[in-house]
Amino acid sequence: MGIEIRGINKFFGDFVALEDINLSIPSGQLTALLGPSGGGKSTLLRIIAGLESSDSGTVEIEGVDTTNVPAQKRNVGFVFQHYAAFKHMTVAKNIAFGLEIRKRPKQEVKDRVQELLKLVHLEQWSDRLPSQLSGGQRQRMALARALAIEPSVLLLDEPFGALDAKVRKELRDWLRRLHDEVHVTTVFVTHDQEEALEVSDSLVVINEGRIEQIGSPDDLYDRPASDFVLSFLGPVTRLGDHLIRPHDIEISRYEQAATATGKISRWTRVGFEIRLEVTPDDTLHPDPIQVVVTRAEATALGLHDGDQVWLRPQAGVEPVRG
Amino acid sequence: MTTEIQPAPGATRKRRVRSATSLTRSSGIGLGLAVTWFSLLVLIPLALVVIQSADGGWQTFRDTLTNSQTAAALRLTVTQALIVTLVNVVFGTLIAWVLVRDHFWGKRILEVIIDIPFALPTIVAGLVLLSLYGPDSPIGINVANTERSVFLALLFVTLPFVVRTVEPVLLELDPEVEEAAASLGASRFTTLRRILLPALAPAITAGAALSFARGISEYGSLVLLSGNLPNKTEVASVRILTYIENGNEAAAASVAVLLLGVALIAIILLQVLTSVVSKRA
Repeated sequence: MGIEIRGINKFFGDFVALEDINLSIPSGQLTALLGPSGGGKSTLLRIIAGLESSDSGTVEIEGVDTTNVPAQKRNVGFVFQHYAAFKHMTVAKNIAFGLEIRKRPKQEVKDRVQELLKLVHLEQWSDRLPSQLSGGQRQRMALARALAIEPSVLLLDEPFGALDAKVRKELRDWLRRLHDEVHVTTVFVTHDQEEALEVSDSLVVINEGRIEQIGSPDDLYDRPASDFVLSFLGPVTRLGDHLIRPHDIEISRYEQAATATGKISRWTRVGFEIRLEVTPDDTLHPDPIQVVVTRAEATALGLHDGDQVWLRPQAGVEPVRG
Repeated sequence: MTTEIQPAPGATRKRRVRSATSLTRSSGIGLGLAVTWFSLLVLIPLALVVIQSADGGWQTFRDTLTNSQTAAALRLTVTQALIVTLVNVVFGTLIAWVLVRDHFWGKRILEVIIDIPFALPTIVAGLVLLSLYGPDSPIGINVANTERSVFLALLFVTLPFVVRTVEPVLLELDPEVEEAAASLGASRFTTLRRILLPALAPAITAGAALSFARGISEYGSLVLLSGNLPNKTEVASVRILTYIENGNEAAAASVAVLLLGVALIAIILLQVLTSVVSKRA
């Protein structure tokens, strides 16, 4: 059940937006479609919603083939990056829209709107116009509006993309809690790997119209299927013949069995962490190696800018073949 | 990446607390200039017309307007202007929609052509219409000396108004809003009625008001084609000219004042209509 996507292809002229996408999204989970801009993830989301049609392939939502069902009849909640608020309607009217169209009894609509206003913490804003709300509030309104129709799936297209960093962080925590309460099958598109890792139950990495990897946040972070996934989920550096995350490197001032040795050539402190660049003595691998240590570690090891250091992968870390 | 520090929303928000009457020196001068300008050009001439119409007393005013030829001219003017405005509301909105939402070859050229009826000297417009729809019509349509000639001339000169007022508003409308309505289950018609029209209503009203005002005041474009036949194709502005030519300035002013009143009522009615449409959504 959930969402079954089979053999989806989509072209915009000569441009291949999606190529043979097969994906199974389980019911009740929060799934992130993660990838760089222009990679096709939003197109896929819009195809699931019926806002865009695929050139081939099928979409099944909760066991029903919806490939040829128009957006109006799919019962899908969609949240847009730029809110898509109905500007001339109050917050309450915006939320009630889907229910009024379904000709639900007035009292039922009113009760449901109250319930949703409470869920998204906008009770005292119900009579305001969207233009009187902040970005975060507008997006919560849009979410309540999408949830009002009790959608079989909730789709969010870069929902926090237009918000500033602090509000974005608040909203993503809140979305996670909300999903734990409501349990509707949710798919959200993001290009922010931190957001995807933090919020989702499972991740689908999409690049250049193809699925790179599907898995839990731990799977993807610890066992990336490709260099692309590895480098997209966080910073990587080359140590010897392998790619490795800068914080997975063990650094020492004393000679030991090491993959590389060299001098600390750059020292940048960002808050609690220190980002080092080590220029290897090995002339065959002249590219500097990035290493991240905490400030406490640096103090304990007695590291200083310009020191000779020995580097190797930390115990238990499997570096990816380069 | 997401840890960059940005000011919290609201931190930079300023609230303007200022009483309605407190003016700074510069805005005071600005307001004074605006009022003087407005008075010289609009208020004083209008007031003079009203005074002039009262010159001959209530009797002249009533006699002028009950004169069967004048009454017929006024009726024709207002009816045709109303019909033309209605047509413009529908087709103007449609043309604006096509110009904004569709992409086709020659769109730029069409954009320019739309303004021609507005930019053309009205008498030239009249000449164009006469050669196309007059007795020597190359396409075999002769509407000269009929009511339809008035309708056609008004339609020609008022074409750009609704198009040009609706276009910028439509450009601002986010297509995502329509997609949001669709995903909530709204049909195209429901989206049009509840989302698009309420958003466009103020612009359509403004265009309609301009179109109607131009319609009841039009002279140049229709005199050639309509033939100015009394009780048949003579419009109010021609009637005013006739009164002036006959030296009956009070009567001319009376017709003018009535047109002024009609325009005012039309604008108020349209405003009310807009707020009703917006609220009903």
